[in-house]
Amino acid sequence: MADHTSVRAGARRPQRYLPMQILLGFLVIYFLVPFWWVIVNSSKDAPGLFGGGNTLWFTDQIDYLGNLRQLFTYDGGIYLRWILNSTLYAIAGGVGATVLAVMAGYGFAKYRFAARRFSFAVVLGALMVPATALVIPTFIMFSRLGLTNTVWAVILPSLLNPFGVYLMHVYARDAVPDELLDAARVDGAGEVRTFIQIALPLMRPAVVTVLLLSAVASWNNYFLPLAMLSDNRLFPVTVGLGLWQGIASANNAGTTSLWSLIILGSLVSVIPLIIAFFSLQRHWRGGLSVGGLR
Amino acid sequence: MTSLTEKRAARTQPETRKIRGKVHLREHLMGWLFVGPFGVVFLAFLIAPLAYALYLSLFQKKLIGGTSFVLFDNYVKAFTDPSFLSGAWFVIRFSLVSIPVQIIIALAMALILDSVTTLFARFSRLMIFLPYAIPTVIGAVMWGFLYSRGFGPLTDIFGLFGATAPDFLGSDLIFYGLLNVVTWQWAGYYMIILYAALQGVDPTLYEAARMDGAGRWQIATRIKIPLIAPALILILVFSLIGTLQFFNEPQILRYLAAGTIGSDFTPNMYAYQQAFSLANFNYGSAISFALGGIVFICVYAFLFFTRKRRSFL
Repeated sequence: MADHTSVRAGARRPQRYLPMQILLGFLVIYFLVPFWWVIVNSSKDAPGLFGGGNTLWFTDQIDYLGNLRQLFTYDGGIYLRWILNSTLYAIAGGVGATVLAVMAGYGFAKYRFAARRFSFAVVLGALMVPATALVIPTFIMFSRLGLTNTVWAVILPSLLNPFGVYLMHVYARDAVPDELLDAARVDGAGEVRTFIQIALPLMRPAVVTVLLLSAVASWNNYFLPLAMLSDNRLFPVTVGLGLWQGIASANNAGTTSLWSLIILGSLVSVIPLIIAFFSLQRHWRGGLSVGGLR
Repeated sequence: MTSLTEKRAARTQPETRKIRGKVHLREHLMGWLFVGPFGVVFLAFLIAPLAYALYLSLFQKKLIGGTSFVLFDNYVKAFTDPSFLSGAWFVIRFSLVSIPVQIIIALAMALILDSVTTLFARFSRLMIFLPYAIPTVIGAVMWGFLYSRGFGPLTDIFGLFGATAPDFLGSDLIFYGLLNVVTWQWAGYYMIILYAALQGVDPTLYEAARMDGAGRWQIATRIKIPLIAPALILILVFSLIGTLQFFNEPQILRYLAAGTIGSDFTPNMYAYQQAFSLANFNYGSAISFALGGIVFICVYAFLFFTRKRRSFL
């Protein structure tokens, strides 16, 4: 992809189109307004928040450190636990789902086994199944097994990523030549070694994309943990902040300080993902061009 | 490497054929070995729950008489239940408005970013994509603040002009309030996918079109958009599936928009309420399944009308 861009840039002069850039400027402002609001308002204490001053600008008192201390000590440091839970769910769910999807995608693309076409059609059909429609029966199944309200209740269902299989299938089909695999086999490499040493490096952009998409899906998951977990020490940060918001809205009078925790908590919770996205940008952009999604 | 090459050279013709035959036999096994682990998860967390939900949805639990088999009574109940019907009608209406809005904005942004090649354009691309990295729940929380009368900026901004701020959490404007949240959250993501597709187009096509006298607008509408049609269809299908299952944003904004968003605002919220607040798993499963049916019909109808059924599957 980088090649295309440079070819284009070389082919004609840099394209500027000033009106378009002004339009882009407005769009950027629109997309950044909520971030700006959160950054400004997480510097305020409760009186600053409700004092009726300018809500899009700082007050005289900028107290990030005090608010951060409050955020991480409130209710015995429950917020940090939520962040760690989210991290666990994102890593375990993301890595697990990616390993399964990469193997299955490669298997579907490179082996002619019995019932291959039928199974792949079933996986594609699964893309249309509303994920949330699975939550209710999975909950009952898990409660029979005594798995509800454990970390497994969140991690195990996140291992399912049919879209990752589809993406890996398309990518493996196009990026891993059969001749290369045959050559490795003739040279005496086993199937597993051929997969790990020959195919996997060629599929890397798609692997990173699937890993990032699955980890983000696990990190963002709300419906599943909301249904599965009742112990708030197991909550991911999404469910935790939702809980706080419910409490703060329900009794507006007593808990005004909770609002500033929610605002700062939202800000802190998005930082890991933003870092992950931007630092891995080079890798996932190549994978997305295959047609990546949700 | 050298030892491997030597091995290959030393191998005689009949031996190779024997190995080929073995590979063919082993191929079934190896294929299933690679697909197997995913297959287990697929059966356990997709097929089994679906089958179980279908089973559950055919029963009814009564206070007197216990659980009894009622066949499709739950579905009859769902499709005559005003709560379910109004929720389903809402998500269908919302899809019809929000998906075109998001896709048109995403497409316009992708086309602009594909033709403007300045540093600022690259920066914009990242910033427009940024909301995708935000959990939908947090996105809804953020917009909830911006909408709120208490500490949102709308009151100030409209106050400058002496006007009353619109209440995006009130029942008149909640549709647009949610539309804005969803567009903010997803348009950048769709833009990135369309942009990636546009970058994959061979630039010599544009040169050829320009030679033939095509303008920028014509290149965009006659060459670029048709060439990325498969990516557009893919996005449309997935956003349709996602929007019909609408849950996170209204569930979060419920707290702020008390009275506007009820617990039966969307079918998914209604199913959640039935199953987890009222412990009515049978009816909850039936609602989920009915919603799944609606999703399937809508997606299939869409693919039928675009007649691009084979473009990405």
